Amino acid sequence: MRRQLLLKDINVPGIQSYDVYRRQGGYTAVEKALHEMTPEQITEEVKMSGLRGRGGAGFPTGLKWTFIDRKSGKPVYLVCNADESEPGTFKDRYLLEHIPHLLIEGMILSSYAIGAHTAYIYMRGEFRWIFPILERAIEEARAAGFLGQNILGSGFSLDIHVHPGGGAYICGEETALLESLEGKRGNPRLKPPYFPAVMGLYHCPTLVNNVETLATVPTIVTMGGAEYARIGVGKSTGTKLISASGHIKKPGVYEIELGLPVEEFIYSDEYCGGIWKGRKLKAVVAGGSSVPILPADLILKTAKGEPRLMTYESLAEGGFQTGTMLGSGGFIVMDETTCIVRNLWNFSRFYHHESCGQCSPCREGTGWMEKVLHRIEHGEGRMHDIDLLDDVAKKIEGKTICPLGDAAAWPVSSAIRHFREDFEYHIRYPEKVKNPKHFEIEPLTPQRHLATA
Amino acid sequence: MGGDNFNTSTLQHSNTFSPEALALVKRIIARYPEGKQKSALLPVLHLAQAEFGGWLSTETMDYVASLLGIKPIEVYEVATFYTMFNLKPVGKCVLEVCRTGPCMLRGGDDIIRYLEKKLNIRDGETSADGMFTLKTVECLASCGTAPVMQVGDHYIENLSCENLDGILDRLRADHERKTS
Ligand SMILES: Cc1cc2nc3c(=O)[nH]c(=O)nc-3n(C[C@H](O)[C@H](O)[C@H](O)COP(=O)(O)O)c2cc1C
Ligand code: SF4
Ligand code: FES
Repeated sequence: MRRQLLLKDINVPGIQSYDVYRRQGGYTAVEKALHEMTPEQITEEVKMSGLRGRGGAGFPTGLKWTFIDRKSGKPVYLVCNADESEPGTFKDRYLLEHIPHLLIEGMILSSYAIGAHTAYIYMRGEFRWIFPILERAIEEARAAGFLGQNILGSGFSLDIHVHPGGGAYICGEETALLESLEGKRGNPRLKPPYFPAVMGLYHCPTLVNNVETLATVPTIVTMGGAEYARIGVGKSTGTKLISASGHIKKPGVYEIELGLPVEEFIYSDEYCGGIWKGRKLKAVVAGGSSVPILPADLILKTAKGEPRLMTYESLAEGGFQTGTMLGSGGFIVMDETTCIVRNLWNFSRFYHHESCGQCSPCREGTGWMEKVLHRIEHGEGRMHDIDLLDDVAKKIEGKTICPLGDAAAWPVSSAIRHFREDFEYHIRYPEKVKNPKHFEIEPLTPQRHLATA
Repeated sequence: MGGDNFNTSTLQHSNTFSPEALALVKRIIARYPEGKQKSALLPVLHLAQAEFGGWLSTETMDYVASLLGIKPIEVYEVATFYTMFNLKPVGKCVLEVCRTGPCMLRGGDDIIRYLEKKLNIRDGETSADGMFTLKTVECLASCGTAPVMQVGDHYIENLSCENLDGILDRLRADHERKTS
């Protein structure tokens, strides 16, 4: 039976409102924490739960909280990362829009644990209709005594404010987000010295966590970290929201227990419902546009032939040669008519457009990749362009201030590694690929066109 | 970004916020610590764009700078960085169509091409009647209901070339109702 922690009440009518949320048991975690627990105890429970950051990097959340410099004498800030702009990811929006009090409850608990009295929700500006939803929820929580001065008579005080972004993917990167919150361009900061836990917002100790990460904290406080850690497999504990998109019958946001087999996720009617239009699976980008793409055989089974599971470890099994990453859980499915080159060109254009331009390998390299991919996709490529692309990707990887450079390079290297025949076909049959729907008209069957066996 | 983005437009608009908007600016500034009012820049720019015809002129940006007590250049460098800010006049209704991979997999390209043809404009341009501006944008975090576009405060999801005509008619009618 499928277990729901974050979404269990999502379909309760009126759950957006404080009254209904409260009636469903909402805010009891805050009561428990403020009456019975010390901040250290909450951090300890979160550590024990094994919860890992749901924004993409998967860093252990409890450990991250212990990095907060509490002796600096400066104010401590909590910042919720609601920028949600990794292509293929739309799960935070689901929580923000439908069950805003869950996030607020999580933010109260997290702020109490790290000693923050001011918290910001940095939400992508495009979510215009969600601003009033969050602002109303904050007002309701304040009116009920869960925000403001001296919450529940505990002496702990907290204010939460919502801050809009301006349409820039890079502001999801935590140091760029803090620059942006200070009213500047979203240029990522150098680490060191600008580790947010020490030199974050206004140069004060700051915790940045993703919406889903924070929304999981009430469950952990209620059920206990040890109990939470029993869900899932190994170091992938708990449940995770997966945003499923692309060529599937039932796109949407699904809460899965970590450890679910990928095959079940794609084909079961409980989740994606299989590939649309009766077609076959060609490839999956499993963790948002930044992670390596895998062909059908390698997403369903590891190179060792074991079933691939939806866990941080199993998806990464095989390293970059034959594995990928869970990332943000943006699960993009492609059927047999998909042109891998076209899709990659599209993603490269995205990274070029979104590069902040501070480091030359990223600024120039993403532009080069976009240009070369454009020419291959439009039937103007040359055979050596494929190696040129690979070379440019390698020259970006690991040589930039922030991970956007890697995020732009990995999709390119992996697409060439696994789908070389798609690229070669474009160069071999320039006339055929001039129609943007080339593989819909005549799907590419592997081997047939492969020059190098 | 070219310098022409900063040309003064011939479009006239009142250059100061209404008393209600000014009160809102004050509340926005109060969200941030003393002396950190520059943090209010993005929210105030959004407000200014909404109040002053859907785009930011140099005058508007200078006005925002004066409200926050920062230098005009600090506003320009931010306004040019973030794609939600329009630095040229736009039509009455801006169609911000997602062009990123997951939308493309479900026909996003067709939507863009259809709109270009139907409105006889290209990306970034405004239709001859001044009604629609077409602006392609990156992933809107709505890939599960692709293809999608943003219009004003809302997303219009599950677009198809078949339902677009009806959507454009509705947007036009909505606008006419609001202005009449
Ligand atoms: C280019 C880039 C974009 C990112 N975008 C997001 C985002 O939209 N949302 C998010 O939560 N984290 C994003 N991250 C990850 C954040 O930097 C950060 O690791 C995360 O917010 C930490 O929260 P977590 O530990 O709860 O996951 C991004 C990182 C990079 C490098
Ligand atoms: S890697 Fe790219 S996005 Fe990141 S700081 Fe460098 S130029 Fe900016
Ligand atoms: S790709 Fe269009 S909303 Fe995500």
